[in-house]
Amino acid sequence: MSRGLRLIPIILLLWLVAGLAWRLVKPGDTAIPSQMVERSVPSFQLPAAIPGKPGLASPDLATGQPRLLNIFASWCVPCVGEAPVLRELQQRGVRIDAIAVRDTPGALNAFFARHGNPYERIGADRHSEVQIALGSAGVPETFVIDGKGVIRRQYIGPLSASNIPGVLRELEEVR
Amino acid sequence: MKRIALALALAAASPALGDSNLPPAYWANRQLPDPKQEEQAQALMAELRCLVCQGQSIADSDAELAGDMRDLVRRRIAAGEKPNTIRSWLVQRYGSWISYKPTDEPAAWPLWLAPLALLVAGGWLARRRIRLKAEG
Repeated sequence: MSRGLRLIPIILLLWLVAGLAWRLVKPGDTAIPSQMVERSVPSFQLPAAIPGKPGLASPDLATGQPRLLNIFASWCVPCVGEAPVLRELQQRGVRIDAIAVRDTPGALNAFFARHGNPYERIGADRHSEVQIALGSAGVPETFVIDGKGVIRRQYIGPLSASNIPGVLRELEEVR
Repeated sequence: MKRIALALALAAASPALGDSNLPPAYWANRQLPDPKQEEQAQALMAELRCLVCQGQSIADSDAELAGDMRDLVRRRIAAGEKPNTIRSWLVQRYGSWISYKPTDEPAAWPLWLAPLALLVAGGWLARRRIRLKAEG
């Protein structure tokens, strides 16, 4: 066997070790983006999550006005961090609807008493059915939806204050 | 003393879980009454990837979302839907990422060609060895 051929296993090993070390230092992105972006919101109808606020159905998201659809839950810790950002957006005139995943009216009311309620409509998704239909993989997630009910952008994870200008611009663009 | 108290407090503390307080969906941990349908559902669930515990199938995962997906799969199978229709419905939402079954997309071609390439390489090596021995 020639010398060059003998080096092949060592080169393969070094390549493997380098690959493993690289992924250890720089882990891959584990977020799974929804393939529903640029497509219409799937047809659904959810009952009201708390008394006094209407539930949410897909036609409510195609009203001619762009809106945000927030997927959240009272048991989700990052959703607490996101709450002030959503309140700020609502104060700036953004219309926000929500899907409460696996939640109860009591827990939701306690959550809203502490963190405020920026939502116009809240649908109760008790078995994550609509969440799955939207291609959402967790809470919180936020979809930017245009006036025709087409999903234009997905935010995975909590929105932060630095997202506000971007979200406002996107809502303007999809108008 | 302080340390013991702290250790006790830590042992008694409940972890802050990212889980809801709702019970699992009806079909999450229940078998379908029809064994044929349950078999179909099991086979499909073993090939669907959990979105939370990535790397586990939804059949294996204890995550709530996996339970809700098992519920979805079993209800659709019970309603007479074909496993492949359910799979493509999910692929439409999450991409081919969600399915463990290799596709025939160009991205998967190396996967299909690798066994053939290895077989050819192995055959070539073996032939060389046999020939060297015969000559020696």
